Amino acid sequence: MAQKTMIQAITNALDLELAADPKTLVFGEDVGKNGGVFRATDGLQAKHGEDRVFDTPLAESGIGGLSIGLALTGWRPIPEIQFYGFVFEVMDSIGGQMSRMRYKMGNTRSMPITIRAPFGGGVHTPEMHSDNFEGLVAQFPGMRVVVPSNPYDAKGLLIAAIRSNDPVLYLEHMKLYRSFREEVPDDAYTVPLDKAAITKEGSDVSIITYGAMVREAKKAADVLAKDNINVEIVDLRTVAPLDVETIIASVKKTHRVVVVQEAQRMAGVAASVIAEISERAILSLEAPIGRVAAPDTPFPFGQAESVWLPNAKDVEEKVRETVNF
Amino acid sequence: MAKHPAVDFDQLLKNQAADFSTVQILDEAGKVVNPDILPDLSDAELVDLMSQMVWSRVLDQRATALNRQGRLGFWAPTSGEEASQLASNFAMKKSDWILPGYRDIPELIQHGLSVAKAFLWSRGHVVGNEYPEDFHALPPQIIIGAQYVQTAGVALGLKKNGADEVAYTYTGDGGTSQGDFYEGVNFAGAFKAPAIFVVQNNGYAISVPRAKQTAAETLAQKAVAMGIPGIQVDGMDALAVYEVMKEAREFVAAGNGPVLIETLTYRYGPHTLSGDDPTRYRSKETDDLWQQRDPLIRMRNYLTDKGLWNQEQEDALIEKTKGEIKAAISEADQAPKQTVSRFLGDTYEQAPQNVTEQLAQYQAKESN
Repeated sequence: MAQKTMIQAITNALDLELAADPKTLVFGEDVGKNGGVFRATDGLQAKHGEDRVFDTPLAESGIGGLSIGLALTGWRPIPEIQFYGFVFEVMDSIGGQMSRMRYKMGNTRSMPITIRAPFGGGVHTPEMHSDNFEGLVAQFPGMRVVVPSNPYDAKGLLIAAIRSNDPVLYLEHMKLYRSFREEVPDDAYTVPLDKAAITKEGSDVSIITYGAMVREAKKAADVLAKDNINVEIVDLRTVAPLDVETIIASVKKTHRVVVVQEAQRMAGVAASVIAEISERAILSLEAPIGRVAAPDTPFPFGQAESVWLPNAKDVEEKVRETVNF
Repeated sequence: MAKHPAVDFDQLLKNQAADFSTVQILDEAGKVVNPDILPDLSDAELVDLMSQMVWSRVLDQRATALNRQGRLGFWAPTSGEEASQLASNFAMKKSDWILPGYRDIPELIQHGLSVAKAFLWSRGHVVGNEYPEDFHALPPQIIIGAQYVQTAGVALGLKKNGADEVAYTYTGDGGTSQGDFYEGVNFAGAFKAPAIFVVQNNGYAISVPRAKQTAAETLAQKAVAMGIPGIQVDGMDALAVYEVMKEAREFVAAGNGPVLIETLTYRYGPHTLSGDDPTRYRSKETDDLWQQRDPLIRMRNYLTDKGLWNQEQEDALIEKTKGEIKAAISEADQAPKQTVSRFLGDTYEQAPQNVTEQLAQYQAKESN
């Protein structure tokens, strides 16, 4: 057991799976000698060789097509899209091709592909690097979209994604890469891809969230606890398909719910979560469902992130509003 | 003294297209014009190749009729493109991987797909895409260019497997304008992967003529920028297409990286049978010009001169093919009714909650 940052946990997971399964391949722009622009693949090429960990030409659609072709010929591709904001360049490979291959070919082929991509606000990138586009791919049946919120889950979810015979989009929030450490077991383990986590048990109100907003929810919960508001936090971990059972069980327990996402109100997955709650648990509710999300503008200029991104204060206020309804 | 220009742009342009003359073996009358490069095909193989082209012509005619009768779905006509399609495929091995476009049904069938499954694909039935594991193919690609980036991946996978197999794919003249065209060919080149990229230039991307797609004089020369060989071949000449494809296969299988082949061809019919009217964008004169270059006429004359082909033989083949197509339609008619339950089950290997829940609903609904 060692203390690891999220990015160290990710590197560790890749290292273990490269060693465990000779069919795994890690590739993308700058992932080889350079170890990735965030060093997520640092040292992997030196250790596992250039046949297994390699740089590609700079073209995201090419990387997507490469992944599909490699999967067809028996490989287990783990491509990196350097920043998730570049996803539009590879959208056909994801939404038009790999996500539907099993379905389209009558279950005669698998696409065991794990696409890793950094995303998320708070690190002052140029535009089209940080955007919360998780909701786009969340709408493709056949895909899973995973967003870890901590180092332990990051490792277990990544290993589960790599071992899955279905395509997974695995999004790494840049703000979380090095912001904190926690105990991460040295050996390989998996965290289930279809299961949300109860990050904190509570009785008064449920906060349903994912990614970097889990930390904001925790901060809010700490403040609210001082006023005897006992918050339950559900970390979705996999935002598509949703673990509706866990969401509904929590809502039926607390009777109040606030859904929090970093993405804009019109984007992300909060709308889906809210729709499921409305459909399945509306009579359990003692207050309208609360929603905390970013405003409906494009992702902000770097210096405007602090006024745009939802934070613990926004969550706290929305919870108070819901509790005091 | 007048300054001498640093760059002679006109000369540069001329240089770029200099090496892209068209490979031809049979002329329009079926006479051998290039005996030095005549393929090393046995009499039986020559007859087999011609038979495939006649079969394909009949398939296209019957498919068109069946579509009009409402007995077939989507169909992209192939008449005129037999040499480009079947002779290129003829040079490949069954173990090679084909990534076809939606007009490449004849090649896909010759590579191993049953006619009945091809018809089910046309109708929109999942059984048409159920491929056995050892059938090295993908279903016809709809997104123009997507098969090119995927071919780079298949080829790299084959190289990593150490397999004696190559990947080959088809697109049209319009396909060369797609970003995926460049990304796919460039990736295969950068990885020295065993891939053959075939551009079947039939002159029109639906209605937009080839001249409006690009300023390039040939499509074959696009290979230059990717650092790989590109070659243009008379796509109405089965022997030329076969020989170029066969030599390309040897070249890429030897580890030299990919090849780009442009075949000059023509589709006599509309883009698809879904309402396209070629008289809006093509003249009768152009149609007539290309009909004179017909690939079947050439091979028929060539083989007849060699005493390998006659009209009775061709008539018998046509009748046999019609019978096979009729049988394939009957077989396709027997396909099971499609169910949502099946589709839900096919969407993920491990069903997530939403799928499990909907599966129960649809199973109840569909068991009645």
